[in-house]
Amino acid sequence: MSSASTDFAIPDAAAPAFHLAPRETEPGRWAVRVEGRLSFDAGRALWQALLAVVPTPPPTALTFDLSGVEAVDGGSMALLVQTRWSLQATGVECAFAGATGTTARLLSLYGGDVSPAAEVAVAAPGFLAGVGARTLERLDEVRLLLDFVGRMVRALGGVLRHPGTANVRAIAPLLARTGADALPIVVLVTFLIGFVMGFQSAVQLEQFGADIYVADLVGLSITRELGPLMTAIIVSGRSGAAFAAELGTMSVSEEIDALRTLGIGPLRFLVFPRVLALVVALPLLTLFGDLMGLFGGLVVGVVNLDLSITAYLTQSLRALDVWDVFQGLIKAVVFGLSIGLIACAQGLATTGGAEGVGRRTTTAVVTSLFALILIDAAFTVTFHMAGL
Amino acid sequence: MSAPLVTVTELSLGWGETVLLEDASFEIERGEIFAVLGASGCGKSTLLRALTGLDPPRHGRVEIAGTGAPTLSVGRPSYGVMFQAGALFGSMTVGENVALALETWTDLPAAAIAAIVRARLRLVGLEGCAHLAPSALSGGMRKRAAIARALALEPPLIFLDEPSSGLDPVSAFELDLLIRTLSEGLGLTVVLVTHELPSIFAIVQRCVFLDRASRSILARGDPRVLRDTCPLPAVHHFFNRTSPGSSP
Repeated sequence: MSSASTDFAIPDAAAPAFHLAPRETEPGRWAVRVEGRLSFDAGRALWQALLAVVPTPPPTALTFDLSGVEAVDGGSMALLVQTRWSLQATGVECAFAGATGTTARLLSLYGGDVSPAAEVAVAAPGFLAGVGARTLERLDEVRLLLDFVGRMVRALGGVLRHPGTANVRAIAPLLARTGADALPIVVLVTFLIGFVMGFQSAVQLEQFGADIYVADLVGLSITRELGPLMTAIIVSGRSGAAFAAELGTMSVSEEIDALRTLGIGPLRFLVFPRVLALVVALPLLTLFGDLMGLFGGLVVGVVNLDLSITAYLTQSLRALDVWDVFQGLIKAVVFGLSIGLIACAQGLATTGGAEGVGRRTTTAVVTSLFALILIDAAFTVTFHMAGL
Repeated sequence: MSAPLVTVTELSLGWGETVLLEDASFEIERGEIFAVLGASGCGKSTLLRALTGLDPPRHGRVEIAGTGAPTLSVGRPSYGVMFQAGALFGSMTVGENVALALETWTDLPAAAIAAIVRARLRLVGLEGCAHLAPSALSGGMRKRAAIARALALEPPLIFLDEPSSGLDPVSAFELDLLIRTLSEGLGLTVVLVTHELPSIFAIVQRCVFLDRASRSILARGDPRVLRDTCPLPAVHHFFNRTSPGSSP
C-alpha cells in the first residue's frame, strides 16, 4: 500500500503542475483526488503517477475525483480515461466524479462516462498455421501466374485477330528501354564475369601447363550459362522491376480500369508489347554479353598468361561451335518471356496503394530470379541428356 | 415514355462475407442526370463498379439498353467512365489520352482524330492542353480531361465517380455546369456517385439513396424533394448535413 499512500506532485515552473491524492474512503474503496493543471506536455509524468496511484493489491472500487482539476487537455484526458478502462478490465469498479465545465465536456468527448468498446482480439497464428498460410500464399502466386499465362495466350489470339489492339507503337520505345539502355551495364558486368572466370581458372590451369584451356573454359561457360543468365538477372532487376512497378502504379491509380472501360484489354495493350520487347531484347543483349565475357577472358589470357591474341582466339573458336552460342540464345528467349510474364502478372495483381506496389515489385524480382535459375537448370539438364 | 437506358434488377453487392446491398432494383432513364447517394461505406462505388462491369455483382442483373449486361471484354465500349482521380494515363499527353479510344475503335484518319480530340477538349474547357502531360494539370483539369476521354467515342451514357470532390467551389460549380451542359446539349445520360450536396441539388434530377445498415435503397426520387419531405432520419441527416447527435 505504500505507493497508494504517496501524494504525487510535479512542481515544474515550466510545465503545468498536477497533484494526485489517494485516500481509502472505506475498506477496499479508494478515491483519488486529481488537482491542478493536467497537460499532455507532462503526459509521461501523469501516466506514471496514474499507474503508481493504484493501490496494490487492486481495490474493489476506485473513483477519480476531478473537482480539483483547473485545466485539462485532450491528451491528459485520454490517459485518465484509459486508466479507468484498464482498471475496469481487471475487475476494479472505476468511475469519475466531480467533473464540471470543460473537464466534463472533455470527459464525455473521450468516452470517460461509458464503457469501452470491446477490443477485437487478433490471435497471432501458431507456427504450423504460419507455415500453412505462407504455403498457401506461394501456391496462390503459382495460380496467379498460371492464370495469367492462360489469359495471355488468349490475348495473343486476340492480337493476331485484331492487330490494332496490340499497341505496337509501344514496342520500339520499350525495346530501347529494355535493350539499348541496358547495354552499358550488361557489357560491364559480363566483361567482369569473363575476366574473373579467366583469372580464377588461370591460377589452376597454369599449374598443369594448360594455360591455353582458359579460352575453352571461359568460352563455354560464358556462352552456355553465364552470358544468358547474368544478362537475364540484370534485365530482371532493371526492366522486370520497372514493369511491375509501372503496371502496379497504373493498377492502384485506376488506369487499368480506365483502359478496360475504353474497351482496350490491358494484356494486349500493356503486357504484349512489354513481353515482346524482352523476348527480342534479351537474346540481343546476351550476344553482346557473350562477346564481352569472351573479351574479359582474352584480357586475362593476354595480360596474365602471356598468350597471344591469335592463339587465344584460335583456341576459343576450336572449343566453341554455333550450338554453344545458340543454346544460350534459346535460354535468353525463354528468360525474356518469363521475366516479362512474371513482372506484368505481379504488376496487374497489385492492390493496396504504394505499399502494394513495393510488395509486388519485390515479389516480381524474387520470383523472376528463382524462375531464371530453375529454367537454366532445366535447360542444362535437358541439353545434357539430349547429348547436345 | 421510352424504355429506360439502364435497368438494375435485384442486384446484390459485396465481397467475402461483407454484403453491402441486397436485391436493389432501379431504372435510369435516357437523358437524365442520375445520382447514387449515401453515407461513406454504403457501397456507392461498388455499385458504380457493378454498373460499369468492372466487378460482377453477387446476384441480380444490370442491363444497358441495346448492349445487355455491361462487360469489359475487348471491343468498342458503349459507355464512358470518369474515375475519381481522373485515372489519365501518365505516359501519354492529354491529347493522346483522349485519342486512344478513337485510334483503337474507329478508322478515322489521324487528322480527323486530332480534330475530334481538339473539339472534345474545347467542350470541357481544356482547349490548348492537348500537348500537356496529365501531371501538369490541376485536379479539376484532370477530371475535365477524363470526361473528354470518356466522351471520345460519343457514348450515350457516362458514369462519373465523385466528379466534384476535392475541387474548390468555383471549379466544382464549373464542373456541375459542364455536366448539365453535356446532358442537355448532347442528350447524354449521366450517372454519378457523389457526396457534394451543392452539386446534387444543382444538377441531379433523380437519385437512389443507399443505406449500409439495411443494405438497401432507402429512398429514391428528386433529391430536392427528398431533402424537404423525406422523414427517414438517415436521408434527412444526409441532405441537411446534420447528425443524430447534433442540434437541428
